[in-house]
Amino acid sequence: MKFSYFPGCTLKAEAGRSGETAISAAGALGVEVTELDQWQCCGAVYPLARDEIATKLSAVRALIDAKRAGLPLLTLCSACHHVIKRVNRDMAEDSDVRDRVNSYVAPEVPYGGETKVVHFLEMLRDHVGFDSVAKRVTAPLAGQRVAAYYGCMLLRPSSAMGFDDPENPSIMEGLIAAIGAEPVLYPQRNECCGGYLAIENKGAAKRRASEVVRSAAEHGADCIATTCPLCLYNLTENGAAGTMPVYDLTALLANALGLHVEPSSGCAAVCSVCSERNSAHAC
Amino acid sequence: MTKIGVFVCWCGSNIAATVDVDAVSEAIKAAPGVVFATNYQYMCSEGGQAAIRSAVAEHGLTGVVVCSCSPRMHEATFRKAAAGAGVNPYMVEIANIREQCSWIHKDKAEATAKAIALARAAVAKLNLDRPLTAPETPVTKRALVIGGGIAGIQTALDVADAGYEVDVVEKSPTIGGKMAMLDKTFPTLDCAACILTPKMVDAAAHEKITLYTYSEVEKVSGFVGNFTVDIKKRARSVSVDRCTGCGVCSEKCPSKRAKSEFDQGLRERSAIYIPFAQAIPNVPVIDRDTCLKFQTGKCGLCEKVCPSHAVDYSQEDEVITKQYGAIVAATGFKPIGLERFDEYAYSRSPDVVTSLEFERLCNAAGPTKGHLVRPSDGKEPKTVVFVQCVGSREASGIGAMKGKPYCSKICCMYTAKHAMLLREKYPDSEAYVFYIDVRTPGKNFDEFYRRAAEEYGVHYIKGMVGKVCDEGNGRLTVRASDLIENRQLLIDADMVVLAAAVEPDPSARALATLLTASMDTNDFFTEAHPKLRPVESPTAGVFLSGMCQGPKDIPDTVAQAGAAAAKVIGLLSKDRLVGNPCVASCDETLCNGCSACERVCPYGAISYETKTVVDRGAKDERRVASVNEALCQGCGACTVTCPSGAMDLRGFTGRQIMAEVDAICR
Amino acid sequence: MRVDNDDILRSSGTDVRKCMKCGKCSGACPSFDEMDFPPHIFVSMVERGDAAALLSSKSLWTCMSCFACVERCPRGVEPANVIEAVRASAMSPQGANRMRPEDVPVFLGAAGECLVPQQLLASAFRKYSR
Repeated sequence: MKFSYFPGCTLKAEAGRSGETAISAAGALGVEVTELDQWQCCGAVYPLARDEIATKLSAVRALIDAKRAGLPLLTLCSACHHVIKRVNRDMAEDSDVRDRVNSYVAPEVPYGGETKVVHFLEMLRDHVGFDSVAKRVTAPLAGQRVAAYYGCMLLRPSSAMGFDDPENPSIMEGLIAAIGAEPVLYPQRNECCGGYLAIENKGAAKRRASEVVRSAAEHGADCIATTCPLCLYNLTENGAAGTMPVYDLTALLANALGLHVEPSSGCAAVCSVCSERNSAHAC
Repeated sequence: MTKIGVFVCWCGSNIAATVDVDAVSEAIKAAPGVVFATNYQYMCSEGGQAAIRSAVAEHGLTGVVVCSCSPRMHEATFRKAAAGAGVNPYMVEIANIREQCSWIHKDKAEATAKAIALARAAVAKLNLDRPLTAPETPVTKRALVIGGGIAGIQTALDVADAGYEVDVVEKSPTIGGKMAMLDKTFPTLDCAACILTPKMVDAAAHEKITLYTYSEVEKVSGFVGNFTVDIKKRARSVSVDRCTGCGVCSEKCPSKRAKSEFDQGLRERSAIYIPFAQAIPNVPVIDRDTCLKFQTGKCGLCEKVCPSHAVDYSQEDEVITKQYGAIVAATGFKPIGLERFDEYAYSRSPDVVTSLEFERLCNAAGPTKGHLVRPSDGKEPKTVVFVQCVGSREASGIGAMKGKPYCSKICCMYTAKHAMLLREKYPDSEAYVFYIDVRTPGKNFDEFYRRAAEEYGVHYIKGMVGKVCDEGNGRLTVRASDLIENRQLLIDADMVVLAAAVEPDPSARALATLLTASMDTNDFFTEAHPKLRPVESPTAGVFLSGMCQGPKDIPDTVAQAGAAAAKVIGLLSKDRLVGNPCVASCDETLCNGCSACERVCPYGAISYETKTVVDRGAKDERRVASVNEALCQGCGACTVTCPSGAMDLRGFTGRQIMAEVDAICR
Repeated sequence: MRVDNDDILRSSGTDVRKCMKCGKCSGACPSFDEMDFPPHIFVSMVERGDAAALLSSKSLWTCMSCFACVERCPRGVEPANVIEAVRASAMSPQGANRMRPEDVPVFLGAAGECLVPQQLLASAFRKYSR
């Protein structure tokens, strides 16, 4: 199995190691992942305005590069996946966007959404198979009650993302079960954590993130796991406040596969208060 | 040579204001064959028809052209008038100068020129018309009703009471349908079973009614008055004749893990079961998918304990073939599945239920014996949130539509009923109803809803639930908008009741194909006319009863069931039916035996036979098409498909159509 | 400030006339309590051509773009797109940007490292400036 890979700014940054962790986990599962030679930030926000073209170009360039390589394009960050998947859909279905972008980018062959955009979780489920993942687990997370946190970007709008049931998703729980832990279902797992407001309105971000953590805790979770770097940051910084560990799910996967990722705790960023590089702390 | 009279109608000012009718009647006099032309204020009136009669007598007309409204409107009227004057009714042509001319044009000169062209076309066609005689066929005086809910039962009773035989085919093991599952009925709050079960008993006891339960229609052929239908009686594995309905078999059956269909999965039933106490027939059926005997070969307990030796594992499906004059579709509805509405936590929490599940939880014969409790822990609910329009009134937006575009019509009333039942059972409870609009047109309906709000203290909130959270520990948090007060509510609820949209029973689609009856985009059967022929399908001899035609409540369903019965009785009371002479026929000297026509015929009216054909004096053995004129509906599909021009439609031959075109293009 | 309501309708790409005023968007919105104009009122005001009144709305900056309203709207109206279109309009005049380069250093550590996920800054620039 081979994939082109779009890491995105956050996972590529010095502070975020989860990208490498995820890719090494994929390698351990026999998946060959090649990072695109050149890529630009996807923009982190899908431009909803129909007439926006410029803000879609970097996603299209990545899609064209993957098409040249003849490989599906693997994403990990939820925002990157959301932006690239939706831009790809525009290129396939919106002739106006397609024509304008193609005339601007001028690729050798006009691009029409041919590249398949695959999220890391989809790759595990559809290409590797959770059964195969389970067979490769050497250090199962037995006894751990893990609450998957989906956030917004992967699921919604479901008509554009086609990722999972937007109201009752199961893909992350499938992976959690595959690595030997017990998935915890709780109602806030697909409700927004308020991550985007972390700069603009920290109070609101805190209220939302705390609600997610509270809901997971009330349903008996030992920890929360997510694949979205922004959610990981926001839940850790603004939601858990040391009361509940929040992990990068791919790090849990890597550990279960015996890769001994350090640290296994999920704070990809640095705590803005005490600069400690660990999520499970109070400050 | 046809002697043609042309009659131009003013239709009051509908035509005359835009078309110079004098100019039309004057101009058409020059057309070939026309010996008389006039105009009149209302041709469809008695005066207009008298004008036709006197002109026929005076001028010896053998053909009539009426320039008026659409033939859909008054062709029959003018054919009858012509026939009364001694002219063959198929020697009448209508030039539509209203819908296709005066109504859609403003310029009088142009409209007049077009009206003249249309009149010329009709005259040109009439010159090639030949007198036709409508065929007559006998009527089988028996009706088939498909579906044994309240709609089917009512139609069957009404037809049988008029003295005709009726067979009812019901796919489930008992008649009664959805109404049998209801607890109370609006707007009177009387018990559904109390008013339904006597009708079920009447239907079973009626000497003219035969019930085929656990049965399905498999094949339909024929035409109005003469349908031939194959009915598959699925193997019940229990002899209806021997069984006394004692119930020992169900009691002893060791396989009790199947979900009760009748109780909406809220109770488990045995593999051999009677759906509910008043089922008709009161005879169990073995669900072979869950029966140990059928699955593993071991067991056989029910056979041993049956005191009347009624259990028969060797029973097989049986197909019977019967003749019917009329068929009534009464296939009913079901609530839509809520798999795609998990924002309401339906698949996460057992305490989030559909309205039909709520009915069973209220019902004395239901899984809780009428003790309204939460399915999760059996506790009495104190706060219940009712959500209306779940999956109704949706638009297909950017995503695929999850629900239905129509109003399900019954939810506002039954939700008011449910909220009242809750408040009656538990006076200290709180009932919240979230609504988009409260729609209660119906006799005593709005009063009923207002009673719920005013006398029963039900909280009606204009707004919608956005999310239901199963918080664990039996708590449900309902997040919803309150649009009147512009706030968001968080309600701690014990139960949430979802008013799921209704949809036609899934069996309706296959049935529509068997009956060649048309359906709309939502799989409801289409009426012959939405206002004037609401209980007839466009397919002659097929009638519609109840929810299969569109959402409706019990009063409307019973009314429509009676109306469908009246139409059936009207049909069965005739000894012979006059058919349509405008059917396809094959010119055997031109037919090349390709079978193209046979493949496109939607009515199965075309077959092929090898016969001796005399072509320009030479005898020849050829495989040629043959039209069953009784089955042919005159749709013309074969005539346009035939590559050699052998197929032609009487009254609408290729020559006639070309003559019309020529007359218009001249 | 002058604003072209038709521009907003066009760039949002949604048909606000499809709204049947059910309020499910505002029932679903996790940010409702942070908003002065909740999603259903956004849709309603843009529908009747009064987008100008929304340009100074607090809701522009408290909508989390979580798409719960988009996902759950039974009429496919996409309220979040309407809010985004008004937000874009609010920032179109010179100097109306809410996020400026000089706002960035506070998120950087001593060694110039980013103290928040980079996408947070990237998205803030996309959402709050033009």
